[in-house]
Amino acid sequence: MGKTFAEKVLARKSGQEDVIPGQIVIVRPDHLLTHDNTAAIIGKIGAELREFGVARKEMPVIVLDHVTPAASEKTATNHKNIREFVDRYGIANFYDVGTGICHQVVMEKGHAKPASIIVGSDSHTCSYGALGVFSTGIDRTEAAALLLRGETWLRVPETIKVELKGRFQPGVTAKDLVLTIIGDIGADGASYQAVEFHGNVAALSIEDRITVANMGIEMGAKVAVFPVDRLTRDYLESVGVSESDYDALWADPDANYIRVLEYDLAAIEPVLAFPHTVDNVKPLAEGNGLVFQQLLLGTCTNGRLGDLETAADILDGHSVAPGIRLLVLPASRQIFDQALEKGVIARLSRAGAVILPPGCGPCLGAHQGVLAPGERCLSTANRNFKGRMGCKAAEIYLASAATVAATAVAGTLSDPREL
Amino acid sequence: MKVWKYGDDINTDMLFPGKYTYSCGTAEEIIPHLFEDLDPDFSKAVSSGDLLFVGKNFGCGSSREQPVLGLRAVGVAAIIGKGFARIFYRAAINQGLVLVECPEAVDAYEPGDKVSFDLEGGTVKVGDGVFTFPRLPPEILAIRDAGGLLPYTIDKLREGR
Ligand code: SF4
Repeated sequence: MGKTFAEKVLARKSGQEDVIPGQIVIVRPDHLLTHDNTAAIIGKIGAELREFGVARKEMPVIVLDHVTPAASEKTATNHKNIREFVDRYGIANFYDVGTGICHQVVMEKGHAKPASIIVGSDSHTCSYGALGVFSTGIDRTEAAALLLRGETWLRVPETIKVELKGRFQPGVTAKDLVLTIIGDIGADGASYQAVEFHGNVAALSIEDRITVANMGIEMGAKVAVFPVDRLTRDYLESVGVSESDYDALWADPDANYIRVLEYDLAAIEPVLAFPHTVDNVKPLAEGNGLVFQQLLLGTCTNGRLGDLETAADILDGHSVAPGIRLLVLPASRQIFDQALEKGVIARLSRAGAVILPPGCGPCLGAHQGVLAPGERCLSTANRNFKGRMGCKAAEIYLASAATVAATAVAGTLSDPREL
Repeated sequence: MKVWKYGDDINTDMLFPGKYTYSCGTAEEIIPHLFEDLDPDFSKAVSSGDLLFVGKNFGCGSSREQPVLGLRAVGVAAIIGKGFARIFYRAAINQGLVLVECPEAVDAYEPGDKVSFDLEGGTVKVGDGVFTFPRLPPEILAIRDAGGLLPYTIDKLREGR
């Protein structure tokens, strides 16, 4: 019997011949990602850190991104404590305020290598599945235990296979695809399971794959993963990871799947996730006439150069409609710099967008664009939960960068295919 | 003992709003905001030994252990659910909070029913019905028996000396 991606990685990494779904394995993750929550994590284990030290200094990757620059004395103190920890324990991979959103930074800095295991105290750690990584979210206590001991347990997941064919129509994006899948199978449709993407994955750019893998958690998945192909190898090469640095793995053709889904990309239409769950997905037309006060273009889901360029192309020659605040949040400094050099930031700003520093910004409702009661936000982020953007009496809708830009121009919800 | 019942897909922003994640860390800071956007009465009225019945995908969304810490601290005896989101499930194991996956028991429960559960035996009683649930694997029970993942980890580090 053939093996799935998850079965192969977990067998290799736990030093076993063969593993089966449901089995618990002990692994030493290649990396542990933590962000601003590092302060809370090390706060749990002050005495133990002094006694035992950090298990492996090259394992942690720490990125300050969630509330950056600090918004209060408390968050500033957290950042300060994290910098002191990094210095004291010689943590090799630390990225301070302004480098970007942790998930983008992990990939950009070459930490995400195919068939490696990365765990992170952030649910969207599953993003690196775009590069063939077994990556998944954990909690803060587990991150603390990993800092001390360097190993953890994982349950071998069952796997869902998603077979892709065809190509997107113009104006339709990977965001519409992943929202459609989540709408179909539900927010727990892949709970505890791995999701593998097969078929015409070449129709998806690396940026597209990151958008899809990023939202794996919104269908409950443990990992959402793509095969390593020419595009992946080129991307890795561009971030300084050469082919000799990794040994990729992929599922056997006769692997065993718990469920198989098929999607024709040509049949995907622009969609909208209505409040207050990500799986409340409907065709864009059902939101006709919706008026928004705030639009958010960015986050770890859709804050990459392609997203900013798509929006700039749509906004060229127009201004953001009256009554709308368009917030633009590049996912990293590298993306911000590229967008500056290409003139994309100038085009967005001239159209009336507010450019925020690279980081999570308003995505988690802590600062920089909190909503007021009764307001509505259309966002390219991954979550529309009640209260997510700081106000439980506000509404958040999710869509692609193209839909957000089209709506910025029109002033009400707008279909990017009709421009 | 009170029984609290909630529906499907309750996410972590409802259990503990994201805006507090960098300002509230200790159990005392967390408890007043527990379930704030789901049921504002919960944090005032919950008490030690209470049980929760919940729908599918409970605790979905962000990796956020604060609700688990809070529920542990107020002394919730167990959450009996149709299903739990995986990071929440892991967080519960790591904190020693008891989660029981038993959809039949959740469906059977009506307000006012007498409820009890037996973790070792793997059964939940709701009114006259008795429902079984699968036992946890030994690796996981070892973490719970040690009092959670941190005590377990520290024991292992000491053993390794
Ligand atoms: S951008 Fe939003 S979803 Fe992504 S890591 Fe930051 S807070 Fe989380």
